[in-house]
This record gives sequence, structure tokens and C-alpha cells, in this order.
Amino acid sequence: MSDYNFAYLDEQTKRMIRRAILKGLAVPGYQVPFASREMPMPYGWGTGGVQVSAAVLTPQDRFKVIDQGADDTTNAVSIRKFFERTAGVDTTEDTRCASVIQTRHRIPEAPLSADQILVYQVPIPEPLRFLEPRETETRKMHSLQEYGLMHVKLYEDISRHGAIATSYAYPVQVADRYVMDPSPIPKFDNPKLDMAAIQLFGAGREQRIYAVPPHTKVVSLDFDDYPFDPSKADHACALCGADDSYLDEVIVDDAGGRMFMCSDTDYCRTRRDAGHVGTAEEAA
Amino acid sequence: MYVAVKGGERAIDNAHAWLAEERRGDRDVAELSLAQIREQLTLAVNRVMAEGSLYDPDLAALAIKQSRGDLIEAIFLMRAYRTTLPRFGYSAPVQTADMACDRRISATFKDAPGGQVLGPTFDYTHRLLDFKLAADGDVPDAPAAPPRAEPTPHIASFLRDEGLLQDEPLSDADPVDITRTPMSYPAGRAVRLQSLTRGDEGFILGMAYSTQRGYARNHAFVGELRIGKVDVALEIPELGFAIDIGEIELTECETVNQFTGSKTQPPQFTRGYGLVFGQSERKAIAMALVDRALRWKELGEDDLGAAAQDEEFILSHSDNIQATGFLEHIKLPHYVDFQSELELVRKLRREAEDTVATQVQEAAE
Repeated sequence: MSDYNFAYLDEQTKRMIRRAILKGLAVPGYQVPFASREMPMPYGWGTGGVQVSAAVLTPQDRFKVIDQGADDTTNAVSIRKFFERTAGVDTTEDTRCASVIQTRHRIPEAPLSADQILVYQVPIPEPLRFLEPRETETRKMHSLQEYGLMHVKLYEDISRHGAIATSYAYPVQVADRYVMDPSPIPKFDNPKLDMAAIQLFGAGREQRIYAVPPHTKVVSLDFDDYPFDPSKADHACALCGADDSYLDEVIVDDAGGRMFMCSDTDYCRTRRDAGHVGTAEEAA
Repeated sequence: MYVAVKGGERAIDNAHAWLAEERRGDRDVAELSLAQIREQLTLAVNRVMAEGSLYDPDLAALAIKQSRGDLIEAIFLMRAYRTTLPRFGYSAPVQTADMACDRRISATFKDAPGGQVLGPTFDYTHRLLDFKLAADGDVPDAPAAPPRAEPTPHIASFLRDEGLLQDEPLSDADPVDITRTPMSYPAGRAVRLQSLTRGDEGFILGMAYSTQRGYARNHAFVGELRIGKVDVALEIPELGFAIDIGEIELTECETVNQFTGSKTQPPQFTRGYGLVFGQSERKAIAMALVDRALRWKELGEDDLGAAAQDEEFILSHSDNIQATGFLEHIKLPHYVDFQSELELVRKLRREAEDTVATQVQEAAE
């Protein structure tokens, strides 16, 4: 498709986005405002991630897109097709082969390496937004490192429910400075945020980009007596038998029968190819 | 064995094919041409141009056809196209005082130079379905008169000359371009006006209406409403002067509002301002009311806590493309986050049940 520039955006726009990315990497966890463009997909459907991917992609890249951990969910298919058409880059479903991975709501199970970039789609970049709706206020709170409100919220959770009642988009503190929303990944994924790959977060509608550089300290907020607990369903994957991966729960019959399987489809397939089997396979 | 839902790609292609078929409708009925949409659904075209921030009636007609008449979808198509266009420069400010007016009315003066010109308005039509249109759309020619040769002065200029209307501060500073600069607050009036003119008509209307019903009430008189064509001039650096590159139709509304004055200023009227592409007068009037409500701080008025006074609230929620995108994204799969909520609720319920069981046991003992 030669009507558009490589990866859709014009070079000036990509430069503007790259500047925001570099600033984000220089100040880990800080939300950098950027002049987000209208994209040919709706706001809220990954326009931030798409713009970040467009700015970092080169013709030599191998691109992978996942939504809910899976390569074949409809919006992941749509975004992958968009870059196949506008950038002509190779795409892959293999986590280890991809140089740029755009994701929504998950971090892949397989550890990422120094030559990879993980691009997150972010709906609400501001971790304090639901405690304070005003941007003018939350920016002030970040600049003063005034995060008491967040700790009060977590404390109130414990006093009301006996546990911190946040199970996804669990807030983290990056490099001992900024409190950051890791995007709506399950808290199971939080420990992986300290990784070898570059992590870039794009929020198109909210016009923000932020980043976590490789090997940066990322701490999930908690209390000494109520430590962070990256829990998951207490099952093993019915397809590959993995007991260390995040699981999707699927309703399999009218009687409400349940089955659990890896949310990361590439991880599951790789394990099955290597000969691992789960209970569903054994029964079949 | 259960197999995870696959084949997203084929499902998407098939859905799009079906959509195209539905868009066309019954093939025994003649297909709409873009010229028909442009000429006969002009007000829809105007809205799509205004909120799409792109003045091109033919593209707007195409967008309306492609979107099956869903105007927000059409606006989205215009915006997504607009953002890919190269930017050659910024036009000189349009001179609405030189507008060739098709319509020009004032609610504050019975008559003024330039007169009251009703123009093509629905205002005094009786809203009765015209069944004749269902059978035969032929219309006789409307009576015509030679257009006014000289420019029509703004009503506001008469009040201003007498010192009764507050003067707006003049500035040659380049206003921020909201399509090239991320929003930050306080935004300032130039940014507010840019946001309001592309904001959703329904949202701006609702906000304006709320000020009329007492949420930050500030009674507005329509000092003037004018609709017509203005020239667009662009300065060509190689030439060193501006040349006209075309004309566009605009609707402009200036409201005159009460103002009691302050310690430093004698009583004076103040203004709200609305300017919108095409014939879009509901939007232009609503915009002027919201603009006026948002000026409370600079005019030394009280913060009444009303939504229409809240710049951040208005500007961050008026864009229907942002709003519809985020609203509709909840259709996308969320099973990963839902799963984590499911685990949490199950765990909390288990703990609650254990507590109740312990209490019952203790009570029994």
C-alpha cells in the first residue's frame, strides 16, 4: 500500500513520537504528553500502542500483536493486518522471534530479551485517575511525589475486604519515583515488569506516552504486613499442563462446566509442540 | 475437546463483506450519489465537516454514504483522513465582517445596518410532515433579490463603539493548534474555542442548555447570528503577501450577556462567541453560550460548581470521536482482567463465608 508513508504515520509525526519515547525512557514512569493523531481505528482500541509501534518499527522488524495474550483475538488480528498493509513488515506469533510486540492486557509468559520492545496499549494512563479525576490535580501530585491517596485507597481495601481489591492495572512505583499504571494487565504479570526488554506505553486518546527502560526497578505497591500477591487461578492449563502461566477460564457446557487454559496462546502451543499435555488432552 | 475460538481473520473479512452489502441496501432501489447527499442532505454534510474539522463537502458526502448515515462514524472517517494530509500553512484569520450573508439576524435590535435577513431557515415552518415530498420533490424557484453589495457590519461593533460591550484583548500571538499540541490545562480561550467548534453538537447543546436552566446561569441575548461565505486567504512566503485560495461557508454567533461590573470596571455587556463550518446555527449558538460560561474566571465571576464552567470537564469530554471510541472499546475482549476480578471475588467470598461459619460455630458453642 504505497498511498501512505511507511507504517502509516508521516515522518514528522514519528519524530515527534520518538522524542516523547526518549523522554519517557529518560524519566521512567513519567507520563509524557504527546500530540496524538487520529488513527484509522477508534480511540480506545489501541491507537496509542499503534502510534508507538509505528514510530519504532523499521522495515527489518518482526512484529507480533497480542490481545488478552492471544494472537488470534479480533482486534489483534486487525492491528497486525494494519501494519502488514502499511509497513509491510514480517509478522510472527512466536514471542521469541518478534522484535516488536504490541500487547493489550498481558505480558507474554516467555521472558523477553534485550533486543525486543514491548509496546502496551493503555486506556487510562493515570494511576491516580479514579481517586482524582482532574488532570491538573494529578499532575501536581506526581510532581510532588504525593502518593498518600493511593496508599489510603489500598489501606481502605484491606480494612473493607481484608485484601487489596485490585486485581488488574495494579499500581507500581518505577525507579523509586513515579507511581505508574502498568495498563490493565493482571497483577500476575506485575513481577515481569522488571525485564531485559524496553517497555513502551502508549495512550492515544489521553495523549500520553511513558516507558520503563530495561532492568528498571518496578515495585508493586503494598504494605509490609499485606505483601503484594501475584495470584492466579489455582489450576494447571488443560491443554499443555502448565502451572506457571496465567489462565483463561472457559465455560464448556450448559451445566456450567469450566476449563482453564493458557491465556498466552504462543506459550501454550510451544509447550504442546514440545510434548507437554494437559488433562483435556489426556482425556481425549 | 474444547477448541479456543480461532479464525478471527476470516470472521472479520466476512463481517466487512456483510456490512458492505447492508450499506447498499435493496439493490432494486437506486444507489445514492455523492452529489445527492451533498445537495440534499447539506446540513448533515455541514455537521460532518464541522466536527470532522475538514471543509470538503464532497468528502463529507462520501463519509456519510460510507457510514450508512451514522454521522459520528462519518466524522471519524473525516478526521482519520484529515490527519494524513500534509500541512502547507495556516490561513490568515477569516474576516467575518466581510461575510456575504445568506442569513443575518439580531435578537437585540429591531433593525440595524444590513437589516434582518432570515435566509433559508426552518425557524417559522410548522413542523408538519410534508407528504407531498414523499411523492414529488419538485419546488418552484424562490423569489430572488440582488445581494447587498457593501459589507454587513457586526452588531457588536455598535455596542462596542459606545463602550457598552467589553472589548476583547487583541493579540498577534499564534494560537495553539489543538491537532498538533497535546491538551494541557488551563487551556485558554483560543484552545477552548477550537475544541468547542469541533466538539459534539449534542454535548455542546446539552451544556449550553444547562446554563439556561440555572447551572451557572448567564442570560444570553443573540446579539447576532450570521451565515454566509467568507474568503480564505493564505500568505505565500515566496510572494510576500496573502492571496485568496477559496471560500467557505460559516455560521457565526455573538451573544451579549449581562455583566454587572466590578470594582475596577464599570457595568458592561460581555460576549460569548461561536463559529462553525457550514450552516450550523444550533451548534454556533450553543458554542457561544458555553464559551461565555467558561469565561467566568477572567470576568471575575463566582465558580458555581456548574459543569459548563468547568474547562477540564468540558474540553476532555466534548470530542465525540474520543468519546465513542472509548465507550465502544468495552466491546473488545476483557477476559484477562475479568478473570483476575473473578479470582478476587471468589477469594473474598470464600473468606467471608469462612468468617460467617466461624461465627455460627462460636455462637453454637
